[in-house]
Amino acid sequence: MKRVISGKEIEHIARLARLAISLDEKKEFTVQLNSILDYFKKISELNTDNIEPTAYIISKTNRYNEDSVRDSLPKKEVFSLGPFMEEGFFKAPRIME
Amino acid sequence: MSEEVVIGLEIHIQLLTKTKLFCSCSTDYIGKEPNLNVCPVCLGLPGSLPVLNKKAIELAVKTALVLNCKINRVSLFHRKNYFYPDLPKNYQISQYDFPLAENGYLEISYPEVRKNIKVGIIRLHLEEDAGKLIHKGEITRANHSWVDYNRTGIPLAEIVTKPELHSPEEAQLFLIQLRNLVKYLGVCDGNMEEGSLRCDANISIRDKKTGALGTKTEIKNLNSFRSVRNALEFELRRQKKILEQGGRIIQETRHWNEEKKITVPMRSKEEAPDYRYFPEPDLLPLRIEQEMIERINKNIPELPEQRRKRLIKEYHLSEKDAQMYTDHSTLGDYFEQAAALFPDKKMLNNWIKVELLGYLSKKKINIEHSPVSPERLVGLLKLITQGIITGKIGKSILERMISTGQEASQIIQESKIKQINDQEEIKKIVDIIFKEHNDSIEDLKSGKEKALNYLIGQVMRYTKGRAKPELVREIIKKKLNLWNT
Repeated sequence: MKRVISGKEIEHIARLARLAISLDEKKEFTVQLNSILDYFKKISELNTDNIEPTAYIISKTNRYNEDSVRDSLPKKEVFSLGPFMEEGFFKAPRIME
Repeated sequence: MSEEVVIGLEIHIQLLTKTKLFCSCSTDYIGKEPNLNVCPVCLGLPGSLPVLNKKAIELAVKTALVLNCKINRVSLFHRKNYFYPDLPKNYQISQYDFPLAENGYLEISYPEVRKNIKVGIIRLHLEEDAGKLIHKGEITRANHSWVDYNRTGIPLAEIVTKPELHSPEEAQLFLIQLRNLVKYLGVCDGNMEEGSLRCDANISIRDKKTGALGTKTEIKNLNSFRSVRNALEFELRRQKKILEQGGRIIQETRHWNEEKKITVPMRSKEEAPDYRYFPEPDLLPLRIEQEMIERINKNIPELPEQRRKRLIKEYHLSEKDAQMYTDHSTLGDYFEQAAALFPDKKMLNNWIKVELLGYLSKKKINIEHSPVSPERLVGLLKLITQGIITGKIGKSILERMISTGQEASQIIQESKIKQINDQEEIKKIVDIIFKEHNDSIEDLKSGKEKALNYLIGQVMRYTKGRAKPELVREIIKKKLNLWNT
């Protein structure tokens, strides 16, 4: 079977997702992702002319919130969420842009 | 080389909703304690689900309609994935290949030369705002970011223009007029300093002879209308210099340094983030019903440009004055309310812009809170045109109307400016005035009403408004009758 995705692309995706993968994993994922993508290639063979693209399988109409303020989370609960809080802020590692 | 500057803008406006785009947390975050307006949805806690704010959709549709865009009956939300702590979910819910609206334009005008240009709008889409990162001490040395999620999830409309602006000045003009428009419509408060309106710009130089497009650079961190222009001017000089020296422009994102007034490289094309967009599974496709579009369209008020043109046509105002009443719509409303009650628009206009605004600004009062309503100002002006008081006295009365909140007639009655009611005294004054104004007497004899009013006015002026106008009129008419018999 012809490969759709290369080992190099697997590395790129892993880096984008901040995942460290081993050489073995890279080989394994390359095979797995290729078989998934091959399956989509199979689906692509179907003639879909005149069919509206389906990004969603539910055909419901929108549900809306009205624009009225409800209570946010109590301060105490918010502060219990972050492992590192300082002066009301969440503390995160600095990321160089 | 004959060249052409090509500029495109990407503008984010915070929509004026009370609540966030996908939850019911308040959007009132300026000056608030950090992380008070947050909930499981905007903190991205597992199991929470976004629900669309209807008002945000309506405001975005309204903006899109005014920008002459085609509203897509079905649009989709996508996840834009990136790792940065300003969004706790590690993705921003935005729109991608099916935006809310596309293919519009905004016509802007050069105020002095009266030239209008059409600037194409590629798209308008909805997305959520990100949180704010704060760094203590020197930014480059800080080890940590402090994150405040109060702003996270506030609805934004992103507006992307076609690269159809041809100078930094034009880009600034476009942005200012777009700001005025969204402010006027009440969809955004348009405050660039506070970040409720933000702008990125891209710029390139096209060779006019070959028509070949130059490589563009994108500029970020533009926090005022002035910095948009300054940054683009700097970037234009920088690119020209490189090209003149036979160099090559690199496609990159550059950061505007406000202090040093320069742009510095942020990231190159190779480093451009790969956002891996995919459809947001937690939200349904957004369907905009025709009924909604029609309802919103019906409620769009007269636009500034339309009003400006109408003011000139209807009241014969100068371009400058019409622009002033358009830029300050409350002042424009004041003028129009008064104009409906008073025939002399020129006089009214002068009194509003010179006297009323002068006294109000002395007292630091906005026109919105003027103690003198349009009706009361007209009341005062009528006393002047009727010759009851002189313009000069009118001015001092207006000043007192502002400080006391009283009506003109009330002030005249209560004031120490005692009226002269004595017939003999007025007769004497009328004689004096007649001696000084022989021409008017001739006019008066031939029955000109204007001359009568003029002479009454002169008596009023002579007595500093103290003579009783009815009496003056009566006495002058009596004299006239004597002559005519």
